This record gives sequence, structure tokens and C-alpha cells, in this order.
Amino acid sequence: MQVVEPRTGLAVAVRATIKRDLTLMLRRRGEVINPLVFFALVITLFPLGISPDTALLAEIAPGLLWVAALLATQLSLDVLFRSDFDDGSLEQLLLAPQPLPALVLSKVLVHWLLTGLPLAVMAPLLGIMLALPVESYAVLALSLALGSASLSLIGAIGAALTVGLARGGVLLSLLVLPLYIPILIFGAGAVQAAVLGASAAPHLALLGALLAMALMLAPWAIAAALRISING
Amino acid sequence: MTFRLEGRGLGCERDDRWLFANLDLTVGPGEMLRVEGPNGSGKTTLLKILSGQLTEHDGELRWGGQPMRRSRTTFLANLLYLGHAPGVKAALSPLENLAWYQALNGERGSESARMTALDEIGLCGFEDVPVGQLSAGQQRRVALARMLLSPRPLWVLDEPFTAIDRQGVAALETRLQAHVVRGGSVILTTHHELAPMAALRRVALGVS
Amino acid sequence: MWAFIHKLGSPKWFYAISARLTPWFWAAAAVLLVVGSVWGLAFAPSDYQQGNSFRIIYVHVPAAILAQSCFAALAVAGGIYLIWKIKLADMAAAVIAPFGAAMTFVALFSGAVWGVPTWGTWWVWDARLTSMLIQLFLYFGVIALRGAFASRDSGAKAASVLALVGVVNIPIIKYSVEWWNTLHQPATFTLTERPAMPADMWLPLLVMVLGFYCFFIALTLTRTRSEILRRESAKRWVRDLADGHAGGRR
Repeated sequence: MQVVEPRTGLAVAVRATIKRDLTLMLRRRGEVINPLVFFALVITLFPLGISPDTALLAEIAPGLLWVAALLATQLSLDVLFRSDFDDGSLEQLLLAPQPLPALVLSKVLVHWLLTGLPLAVMAPLLGIMLALPVESYAVLALSLALGSASLSLIGAIGAALTVGLARGGVLLSLLVLPLYIPILIFGAGAVQAAVLGASAAPHLALLGALLAMALMLAPWAIAAALRISING
Repeated sequence: MTFRLEGRGLGCERDDRWLFANLDLTVGPGEMLRVEGPNGSGKTTLLKILSGQLTEHDGELRWGGQPMRRSRTTFLANLLYLGHAPGVKAALSPLENLAWYQALNGERGSESARMTALDEIGLCGFEDVPVGQLSAGQQRRVALARMLLSPRPLWVLDEPFTAIDRQGVAALETRLQAHVVRGGSVILTTHHELAPMAALRRVALGVS
Repeated sequence: MWAFIHKLGSPKWFYAISARLTPWFWAAAAVLLVVGSVWGLAFAPSDYQQGNSFRIIYVHVPAAILAQSCFAALAVAGGIYLIWKIKLADMAAAVIAPFGAAMTFVALFSGAVWGVPTWGTWWVWDARLTSMLIQLFLYFGVIALRGAFASRDSGAKAASVLALVGVVNIPIIKYSVEWWNTLHQPATFTLTERPAMPADMWLPLLVMVLGFYCFFIALTLTRTRSEILRRESAKRWVRDLADGHAGGRR
């Protein structure tokens, strides 16, 4: 029997993984929609809990929107590797003759496409409800789109570390939320700057820098964490 | 170029408990190795080591004469591993599941080849049904269909006969034998009595 | 060099060598801490602005420095464990993490106490205190993750990865919090930043910092030694050691 030479074909594998995860998520639409509903629900709680006073709401809106979006992303992370772990396909993914960081990066990309990006698109709608000044909507959506990509990447490290644990949900928040703080600061800062009429460019640039760094380091950390979890 | 998987002095310690130690084994073309032992003797762990998943172990593992660390990618391209869980997604159809597995190996494959493989494994008519609606045995057959799709010389199978009916078991046995006759090699664990085969060798764990 | 590292990584060898070092570090810690405390609390001049309340610096600053060093040590130990699979590094990491969390807590608590006379309140969202608080959460994460795994080895590896991820993030968190702080509360009075502290103020501080470090090293050595005995209790040399002790007493 002939020995098989390793093919390159990384592009084929990455494209197939993206397509597979997109198909899976679109067949279980609830998992895509739930974080969005959660986001809207949390935003609804604040005027009820604090005050419907528009001046006050407008002032705290950037922070509220960012914190709520961050929690929604975090809650959706637990399922990122969980079902693959349960049915054994994570094991097979780790045995693919392809660089694992590239494969997990495509999984994270799908998570961002179906969680972070919809949240960013939806945020201006909730901004209206919080009386956020109109000028800041573009920056709000842009900062969330940029920032949530980092959130997905960093969160995936936590998800990979806890995927082997039966009840990893609360632990996952404990691991991931402290690491989210810089992104929250710059993201909410960008929207605040836009509200005040200042340039949001420095904040967005810093968010971009954080994303570049997360893109560089996180895939390796995720891959290492998955190898640990699969043998736990 | 021929292939050979060699393990010298293999041992595995988990949380200060030695599952096995000082194990020597080789598997080459046309050979079948059956790992035996009672529950908890480390069969699955040994299979995970031999399939390159667990890298933390004593001793040395070589593929084609080279240490595993250096030949890992070549090794993985030649390996077909089936674990306890079938590794198929419940929300995808058998065809979609197989397409992903082919793509992971860098090949696009063709729809007709996948159809043929599914027919041959006994899933004719179920090609487009979500796997979640199939029985446990049928789900395992979807995983087994990977054997027919891409020719991989080394098969590492952890309890491949689980949940499969009698005809399926007979067919799988013939398939394993044919693979060995063609010059492939098989490493497996099973509680099932295998029909006598010429090239079958055994490794016993947990007999001390 | 390679052989030396592996020898150092052997628990038995470490147990023997640390037996000789540990008493010295305990003694040094005791002397430095006593000298530093007496000097700092009784003899150093009081601050012209804050009066005697500034003396809490002699606890707050060493604890804060140690809290950060411990996280770095945790990450180094984690890296060594992941790369070279030296179990001793993980035993040390298991011991360092709770101590680092305790030091972070001491720094937070002393900062809060210091806040009462300076700011008139227990808590102000001061940049230093805030990043200390976040660091405490990071410590909790590492400790919780290690405990969550059924297999000790897997828990150790997961905690090591998290410590490495955390150590990359700590400087980013620190700078982003500082930046956030200047944005929201311009020109607040920071606890420990002051123009040119006179020598008779910072010398006792230096002694205290060194004392804390010696205490940390002594405690880590002692606790790692008992961790070694616990984990290696099935090994022959530990049994011989125990038999020897029992025999000696009889």
C-alpha cells in the first residue's frame, strides 16, 4: 500500500471548516439569535433599573451598550467548541494534517460573523432607545465590530480551556472577563469620544492594535488549550 | 517508500499512576495489532499515544524511521483514527460530514465518490438525512465510510464494532482483512472476538 | 547546562538542596522585616502632607510589588512546565498562585485603609487600585481553573496556559486602566507617586521590599518541599526518608 504524501490544501480545509460551521449555526438558528435577544433584554433592564431620564441614559449609553454586548459575546462562547467536543469531531480536527491554529482561527471567524457582527449592526437600534446622540452610531457599530473580533479570539482561549469540564460556564466568565477589560475601555471610550464630538480615531486605532495582537497570539493559545482539554 | 510505526519503551503515567510501562511494539505493512486488556488498563490511552494525540509519554515513537516530532504531518496524512465518539455532526447529512473530513485532508473529493462510499457501507437512501435522525449504528457507519473514501495506510480504531449489527460486523471484519492483505496496517481494541487472521498480533495491557 | 537543569528539576535533588537554603531565607526575612518595620514605623520622618498615615506605604508597596512578581513567577513556572515538562515547576506554581492572590489582597486592603485618611473614603477608582483588583480576578481564575479539572496534570497544564495568557495581558490592562483613569479623573492625588522621597524614607522601604521577597522565597521553598513529599509519597526516596525519621525517633 502506498504511503500518502501530506497535501498542502490548507485553503481547502479552512474553507470547508468555515462552510461547515456556518451551515451548522444556520441550522440551529436559536444559538445565533439568543445572544442578540439577550443584548436587547439587558439594555431594556437599565432604564427600568436606573431611570428613564434621557439625559442620564445618553450619558451612560456608551458604557451600557458595550458592557451588554461584551456579556452577550461571552455567553455565546461556551458552545464554540462544546458540541465538537461532545460528538468527537474536535478530536478529529486535532488530528487533521493541517496547522491547528489556522483551523481554530476559521472557527473563531464564524463565531464573530454570527455573534460580534450582528451585535455591532444591532447596537445603533438600541442606541436610539437609550437616547444616544445620532452622530456616534457609526463609531458605535465600528468599535463593536472591531472589538468583538478580539473578544471572540480571547474568549475562545477560555472556551478551549474549559471545554473538557462538565460545568465550565461560570468558570469561563471568571477566566475571560478580566481579559476583556482593555477592549471595554477603548471601545466605550471610542463611543464617548464620538458623543463629545472628539475624534474617535485614536481609540479605534488602539482597538485595531489589540485585534492585531490577539490575531497573532490567540490562535496558538487556543490550539494549545484544546490539546490539553482533549486529553483531560 | 514503506511505512512503519515503532514504539520503544512506551509508558504512560497519569497523576502518579502508571497505566503501562516499557512497551515495545511495531506495526508495518500487512500487519494487524490488537491491543487487549481489562477496562481501565490504558487501551484508549495507548491508542491515543499511537495516533499522535498524546505526546506526553515515556519512550520513543517513530514513523518511517523518523522520530514522531519530525514526521508528524506525514504521519497524520497517513492516519485514520476512529475514537469512542463517531465524530459526526448530528445537524449535518452524511454527505456533508464526509465532505468536511475529505477537506480536512486537503482534498476536495467528489460527490459521486462519497455517494459510492455511503452505498457500500449500507447507508443507501440516507445520504441527505441529518445524522441526528439516524440510529447509533448508522451514525457509526457514517464514520466508518471514511475508510473507503481516502486511502490511508494506517488505521487506528478504538472499539470499531460498537453499536453495529451482525452483518455490519462481518462486513467490517472483511474490510479490515482486505486492508491488511492490500498492505495496510490496523491497530485496534475490541471486546469482540475477531475471526482468525494470519497477520494478527496481540499486545496485552494490565497483566501484572 | 542541560544536565544541570534536569538535575534541578528532580524533586529529590531539589528537596535536598532546598533543605540547606530554606533556614537562611527565613532568617533573612525575619531580620529584614523587623528592621524595616521598626525603622519605617518609628524612625522614618513623617510626611509633610499626610502625616503618619503615609507609613502604610511600608506594607502597601512591598505587597503590591510582590503581587506582580508572583504573577510573573507563575507564568515562568507555567512556561517551564509546558515546554520542558518539569513537574517541579508546576509544584512551585501551585504554591505561588495562592500566595500571589494573598499579596494582591493585602495590597488592595492596605490601599483601601490608606484611602480613608487621604481621600476620606475606602475606595476610589484609582488606576493602581483598579488594576490591582483586576489582577486579583486573574489570580482567582488561575486558581479556580487548576481546581476544576479532575486530572491534576491537565489542571496544571490549563492553569499554565492561562498564566501565560494573563502575563501577556497584565501590561495591556495596566496601561489601559491608567489611560482610562486620566480620562475620567484628571490630576487625582496618587497614593505612592511623589517627588523625590528622602533617603530616610525610601531606605526602610527598600529593606521592607527585600524582606518581603525573602519571606516569599522562604515560604515558597517550604511549601514546595511539602508539596514534593505529598506528590512523591509513593516514591522510594520519600518512603526511605519517612522510615529514617520514624527510626530516628524510636
